[in-house]
Amino acid sequence: MRELDDIRSFLKNYDGPDVKIMEVCGTHTAAIMHLGIPSMLSEHIRLISGPGCPVCVTVTAYIDKLVALAMNPSNIVYAFGDLLRVMGSQKSLSMAKADGARVRMVYSPLDMLDAAGKDPAHTHIFAAVGFETTTPVYALLLEEAARRKIRNIKLLTSLKTMPAVIDRLCRMNGTDGGSPVTGFIAPGHVCAVSGYAAYRTLAGKYRLPFVVSGFTGETLLASIYTLVKCAGEPIVRNYYPQVVREEGNKAAQEAVLRMFRPCDAAWRGLGIIEGSGMVLRDEYKDMDAGSENLLEDRTGTGCRCADVLTGKILPEQCPMFGRTCTPREPKGACMVSQEGSCFNHFAAAGIRS
Amino acid sequence: MMERITMAHGSGGEETSRLIEAVFAKYLGNSYLSQMEDSTVVPGSRELAVTTDSFVVTPYIYPGGDIGRLCVCGTVNDILMSGAVPQYLTCGFILEEGLPLEKLEQIVRSMADTAKEAGVLVAAGDTKVIENRGDSEGGLMINTAGIGFMRDGAQRLLPSGIQAGDQVLVSGRLGDHHAAILGCRLQMSHSILSDNAPLSEMAGALFDHGLHVHEMRDVTRGGLAGVLNELAGASGKVIGLEEQDIPVSPEVTSFAGILGLDPLYMGNEGKMVLFIPKEEAREALEIMRSCRYGEEAALIGSVREPESGEAPILLLHTGIGGTRILGPLYGEGLPRIC
Repeated sequence: MRELDDIRSFLKNYDGPDVKIMEVCGTHTAAIMHLGIPSMLSEHIRLISGPGCPVCVTVTAYIDKLVALAMNPSNIVYAFGDLLRVMGSQKSLSMAKADGARVRMVYSPLDMLDAAGKDPAHTHIFAAVGFETTTPVYALLLEEAARRKIRNIKLLTSLKTMPAVIDRLCRMNGTDGGSPVTGFIAPGHVCAVSGYAAYRTLAGKYRLPFVVSGFTGETLLASIYTLVKCAGEPIVRNYYPQVVREEGNKAAQEAVLRMFRPCDAAWRGLGIIEGSGMVLRDEYKDMDAGSENLLEDRTGTGCRCADVLTGKILPEQCPMFGRTCTPREPKGACMVSQEGSCFNHFAAAGIRS
Repeated sequence: MMERITMAHGSGGEETSRLIEAVFAKYLGNSYLSQMEDSTVVPGSRELAVTTDSFVVTPYIYPGGDIGRLCVCGTVNDILMSGAVPQYLTCGFILEEGLPLEKLEQIVRSMADTAKEAGVLVAAGDTKVIENRGDSEGGLMINTAGIGFMRDGAQRLLPSGIQAGDQVLVSGRLGDHHAAILGCRLQMSHSILSDNAPLSEMAGALFDHGLHVHEMRDVTRGGLAGVLNELAGASGKVIGLEEQDIPVSPEVTSFAGILGLDPLYMGNEGKMVLFIPKEEAREALEIMRSCRYGEEAALIGSVREPESGEAPILLLHTGIGGTRILGPLYGEGLPRIC
């Protein structure tokens, strides 16, 4: 790795062929904007955000199901904060709450256990969204519930896995008339759990570079530098070796596979992707609140989240961005989440409403 | 048995008198308050700074402070920021049935200590009791008013006073109060204490040394970025901050990181930010650092005119060498999930 000053100067003055780098992970999106990295890049280097924010890729059928469950007086639904404001086809969980539905915001799925233990009269349902990083926590939650003999807990899952969706993006790459992605910042936290062998396969298959990156400015700049230098080369680098090993975290992978199995999953903007999700295994079906076949996605008129998520357009190119769709009144999921591409672009523009 | 507030304490009769004697007069009593009249007559004959504030924080006792200390600090600091010297406070207590008397006493004592420290007199007070709203134990809310005297010949501080070339100084580490309160609410244990403090000594020292402070604000709700964003808009200037010079403790940094919060947007209750001409910035910084609650004061940025076509904005120059706009706060308190 070259000295940081050299990297900074290279990235600012780069004058070669245009490169387009996708960061897949929502936490990377937030870190890049937070560090002001776009201001440090030449106009020939463009960063775009992929479908790596779990809230943003959730389809309306899933939100609708959650709302229906929450409206049933025998249930209490628990969710992470961001998810409360995502619109279903009719309303969001927040709106359902105002209509009398029982919805609670939590910081950790484990917060639900005590409440469920003390309140056997209700079914306590967790809105289990997330990627490879979050799924082990749900496995832990169910194991702990079983250990404590708490039986009134269920999950409504919308769990997704990265390699299949990146494969889909690579296959579509450049076919829509836009300039193609020339390299990927691979998701650091996801790789900590799953490892990065899958990205070696993708790198070879599509002749694209992948760099597993951490979340500090130094690591991100080094990752971008390598991806610019090696555009079009099938290489894989790990710039997050403190946390990520090629084989990942075996214990977490095993915990997940004890309870979950792969399935097809629907992604906002991308449709149904084979083998890109996880659901509870049949022997744990009684803990599933009805997660299968939630595939329909009806985004609002004019909302271009789908094109933002696939890197086709920048958030600013959506006609609703900053006008009818703002963090205060988000229309699309990408404006709701703090990891969403639209939210981050809006915040970075410093718009005062 | 633990004594608690009951509806009888708000009846205006014997119980009320006993409560006033045993708690309020005991700690807050002074020659004005002890008149026990419908209103208090106090001396004063110059331009006044007047403010009011309500305090509803839960928990009402938290690491590093309580609602009694908080209500004095919040009110006094607001008066100080207009360039005035705080003189009098009033306080209206709304007590919830069930509040343990010993906790009320602890809060009133803390309020009296803080008022003494800040150099203000509690000149009038009131107590009401409301029915328990369903919590297992009663809470309380406090409304205050504050009155301060303008200094002789002093100009009132306004955003329009901010000039290109001004330096931006902050009086200490950011985010501690917010983190202390949020830690309690989420039952996350950490060692962060609230920074609630009256800034009388520091503000007074700056004026006593004849420094030309152009604008001064306490950094409360919305945090440093919230306050400075507003001031950039109101003054029509661009304010640039250096991330590496902004003081934040490692504990707050890691607490905020876990919850996906930004310390620059977290609330404080004993911090101020001020704008001062470049040639006086060094001296101002030394004065602040010599005062209690200002030991970690820092010079964090400067002011310039917007370039042509540029809006008045707040910019952060990040440690890694990037620049980003610090806009208004969105999505407060929502955790990240991966």
